[in-house]
Formats: sequence, structure tokens, C-alpha cells
Amino acid sequence: MLTANRLRDGDVLYRKGDGWVLTLAEGDIYPDQASADAALAAATAEVPRNEFVAPYLFEVRDVNGKIVPVKEREIIRAAGPTVHPHTGKQAGQFHA
Amino acid sequence: MLNAIVKPAQPSMYRYDEFDSQFVHQRVDQFAGQVARRLSGELTEDQFKPLRLMNGLYLQLHAYMLRIAVPYGTLSSRQMRRLAHIARTYDKDFGHFTTRTNLQFNWIKLVDVPNILRELAEVEMHCIQTSGNCVRNITTDQFAGATDEEIEDPRPLAEILRQWSSLHPEFVFLARKFKIAVGACEKDRAAMLYHDMAVQIVKNEEGRVGYKVMAGGGMGRTPYIAHVMSEFVEREDILAYLEAVLRVYNQDSRRDNIHKQRIKILVNTIGPEEMRRRVAREFEELKRMGTLQLPQDELDRITAYFAAPKFETGLSDAIPDAGPDFANWVQTNVHKHKAPGYAIATITLKTPGQVPGDATADQMDTIADLMDQFSLGEVRVSHEQNLVLPHVRKQDLPAIYAKLKELDFASPNAGLITDIIACPGLDYCDLANARSIPIAQQLAKRFEDLERQHEIGELKIKISGCINACGHHHAGHIGILGVDKKGVEFYQLVLGGSGAEDASIGEIMGPGFGEHEIGDAVERVVDVYLKARRPGERFLDTYRRIGMAPFKDAAYEKEAA
Repeated sequence: MLTANRLRDGDVLYRKGDGWVLTLAEGDIYPDQASADAALAAATAEVPRNEFVAPYLFEVRDVNGKIVPVKEREIIRAAGPTVHPHTGKQAGQFHA
Repeated sequence: MLNAIVKPAQPSMYRYDEFDSQFVHQRVDQFAGQVARRLSGELTEDQFKPLRLMNGLYLQLHAYMLRIAVPYGTLSSRQMRRLAHIARTYDKDFGHFTTRTNLQFNWIKLVDVPNILRELAEVEMHCIQTSGNCVRNITTDQFAGATDEEIEDPRPLAEILRQWSSLHPEFVFLARKFKIAVGACEKDRAAMLYHDMAVQIVKNEEGRVGYKVMAGGGMGRTPYIAHVMSEFVEREDILAYLEAVLRVYNQDSRRDNIHKQRIKILVNTIGPEEMRRRVAREFEELKRMGTLQLPQDELDRITAYFAAPKFETGLSDAIPDAGPDFANWVQTNVHKHKAPGYAIATITLKTPGQVPGDATADQMDTIADLMDQFSLGEVRVSHEQNLVLPHVRKQDLPAIYAKLKELDFASPNAGLITDIIACPGLDYCDLANARSIPIAQQLAKRFEDLERQHEIGELKIKISGCINACGHHHAGHIGILGVDKKGVEFYQLVLGGSGAEDASIGEIMGPGFGEHEIGDAVERVVDVYLKARRPGERFLDTYRRIGMAPFKDAAYEKEAA
């Protein structure tokens, strides 16, 4: 999958098609390296629009039908801090 | 809010003059312009990043993080209320006190930052020197100006160094960040020897007050204890001497490898003797020019801001009896004050289960009320992520304790095993490899029983989520370092460190433990201590006497079974 942070508020974004969404579950999953690289190249070309910063790819896996990041870092970015469950996306806090 | 009507007190702390105010407001306007240019696309992220870092603004995992400077850890009640207001208005209702005695907000929007900085400037606060390759926020003993152990209040010198370093053209783009601590007594409550440079106020054989200067300490991936550069620098020479140290560092430090650019690497590469020689040469040159002498009238002017409050006389020096829970709190959290009838009270932000260093907006507001009613309008932030009411009447301690209980900040654990330092870790930080806070919470709950905590005695656990060591794991009696192994968090144990006057660097025990194993491993390490200790020995003393082997054998014993 492809992620970035939104420039104006830092919120975590996930690539979907040619745009971005706020939840991992809605983001596109790239089945192979070539399609992932192509998505990253497209996003990188859009960086000068100043809507998001630092796009990068990360790995996910299917756990009982649910898409979950491989690394803890991305699990936490997708949900929010594990120590404050009332904050972040896990609490339904999305910026417009 | 407290029931009594309380007039905000005027604490003994530095207050902005016209120059300070103008400077800080100009910086706000300047950064507001830079934010606008970034949002419009006039500045790229690469261009903007060093500018935002110079204003304490990081992009972390979930949002921007704004780090607000609390110079030498001193806050007024007015400032505390403003921090509460910012938490409520621009963040998610809480803030986090750090090991650099700053305050971080973790959910900041870039578009809000100019307004936040304006609100901070109104109460003489800013985010300058909280990030970037500059002289960072200067720290000191949280008991400064209140303890009877010090030669003099170290904060006037800390303030002079803040002013000297804030706009110094030579030191705006150092090779790396540069951290300074100032102390004034033998007891080191500021982890001074782990600083790039430390200044200790001392008396020479003739009884004259001057400064002992140390340099080359640090944590991170290559920890070092600072070396003495000079045993005694005269008062009027201190700026010239410190400038000489910084100038040698600035000129001679590597700039080709980010991991080797701190002064500790320079000092330990060329050796402390050669460093002293180079500093002495620069110092002589600066003295010869005579432009950096610290005038006595300027020292007096700054010192006057920190004049000791008018303490009441004739107060009882006894602490009232208010029950066993209160007595437990007094035992660990109340310390001797220099004025009869007064005490220093530590508010540990470490009730087992809490996030170390976190405070909600409401808690901050209530602490501001306590400051006004009971502590002459002042609080201190300690590097151990606690708050300190520096000047409280002993007769008021029961009322303070009762209020802290309501806040859930009355844990009687200062200096005990549950008074744990933890960096934000992977829950927030872009650099972290593993979470720190849940490990601190887990350990604090495990050792929550107060009787057991007292049986264990002084034991400092410090947890970092990566090798950058913001959680001071090298200096923990028991340090814990979070590492990433193929995306999974592991925790290495580091034993025998100390950030106090007996500073030492902890030794890594071996391979890390899993998130669900580390608690048992710490417990087995503590059990070894309890069995092996001699009367009066702290954990650290026993470790230094018997070494790593028995602790290591015990820690891995169950894992191997």
C-alpha cells in the first residue's frame, strides 16, 4: 500500500486510485512490486501540489480476511496511539 | 477550580523585557509567513523542514508535534493555564512533559501553528531552541532556588546562557544539537554528566564562587560521560569559556556523518586533554579580545528576577498528621526546603497505569490553581517528567495532597520503581522502533504495591523506544531499549546506568525480550537484587558490587526453560 501525511494537518493518508483516503481499509492494495512502484511514482510526481508529504510504500498481509500492515509502525499509524484509544482513527477522528 | 479565591502570584522568574518580547513576536510573524509560503507551495518540504524544526515543529506518525520550550523547567501559573488552553483548543486535551523539561503537543495542525505561537508569545513562551542543530533548551535542577544544598540559584546563569545562545550567529547551524545543563550542588538532579556541556556552580579553595565546566557527555547510540574541561572558571569569564568550548566544537567537529557529529565524539576522538588544550587556546584568544566578559551589573540584573520570594517567618516546621496515605506521600515526594516551615513537593505524573509525563488540560488548570494558592505561582518541570511545587508551606501539604488525589497525581512514588521515564516511543514518534509507554505502564502496574516499592527502594527505570535514547535508558539503574526485529518489538535490558552525580553508562545484558516477556525479566532482575543486597544498598550499589552475571542468568533463566 501507499501512504503519506497530509500537509496542512499531518493526518495519515492512503492512496486510492489517483487520490487519497483517510482509512487503511479503503486504500488500494498493490498486488505486485511493479504496480506499487508505479503508484509511488505517480504520487511522487504530485508532491509539488503541496497537498501531502513524504509518500512511501509499506507491506500489508491478509489476516483472516482483514488487511493488516506487517510492521507495528504502520499498524499504529493506521489506528492511532495504543495508549490513548480515544485518539486517532481508532476513535473515528478524521479531519475533513 | 479550587474554592478559595486566589490571586495569581508573581513567581521569582525571568520576565521578558522589550527586546525579548519584540524578538519572540518577530519570530512568530516570520514563521507564520513561512507556513503560509509552505501551504501555497512557494516553499518545498525540503526547504521548509529546517525552518519548522527551528520552531519546534516536527511531523510525527499521526500529525505535527509542537515542542514548547520551558526554559530551565520553570513555569508560571499563567503559562500553565495557557498550555491547558492550547491543549483544549488545538490539541486533544492533553500534553506531554518531556525529559528535556519541555512540553509536547502531539496532535497539532500546521495551519494552527501561527496562532498557537502567538498565544504562547503572549505569555512569554516560544518553541525556539527545542529542535534543530542549535543550543537546545537549557535545563537545571528542579529544586533550584528552593533547596538548601545549592551554592546559589543556578537559574540566573541558565537565563544568561539562554540569552547568549538564542541569537548567537556563530551557533545557529552547529554540526548537531547541543544540550547544556546548569547545576549548583553536589547532588545532580539534572543528569548533567550526560550533557554536551554542563556547568556546575562551585566554590574554590578561597571560597570564591565560580564554575566547573564539563563537556562531551551524551546519550544516543554512543553514550559518554562528560569530561572536566576546567575545574574553576571565574564568574566574569564564563561566557568566554563556554564560547571557547562551542567554538572548538563548531570548528573541529565532523560534518560528514550524522552519527559522529556530537561534541562527545570529538572529545573522545581527540581525547579530553587535547580538547582542554584547544579550548584553553580559544579561551585565551577570547579573553584577550575582552568582548565576552560577563558584567557584574548584568549578572545582578538577571539575578534580581530570581530573588528568593519573601518567605513567611514563624511558621511551624512540623508537617501535620493527615493519615497514613499522606505520610507515605510525604516520605517520597516531599523534600527539604531552605526556609523553615517550607517544603518542596514533587507531583509525580506517574500514577501506575498513566502515561508518564502526560497531563490533561483540566489537570494543568488545577495545578495552576495549586501553584497560585500554595507555591507562589510557580512550578518546575523535571527531566524525570514530573512537576515540582518549589515553595510550599508545610502546613499546606495535606490540602495539596488532597487536591492531587482528586487529580490522580498523588502517587507516593518519587524515586521508586514506578517513577519511570519513558519517551513517546512508537505510539507517536517517527524515529522510534518500539513502543515505550505501554512497557512503562505494564511495569508500573506490576510493581504497584506500595509496600513492595518501598522494600525495593530507589530504583530508576528508564525506557527508550530507539537508540536516540530520549528515554535516557543508558542512565537507568534498569534501562530498557526498544528495538525492531523484522517489524516486531523487542526490548533489551541495560543495567547499572546512573544519571546522577555517580553517573555511569548502563551495560547491555544481551538479546531482547518480547513485549510480554520484558515484565517477567525485570521482575527476575529485581528479585536477584533483593536476595543479594547488603544492608543499605540500592539496586545500583548491588549491581556495581556483583556485576551483570547473576542478573543475566536470572533474566534469561525462564526464557530458556
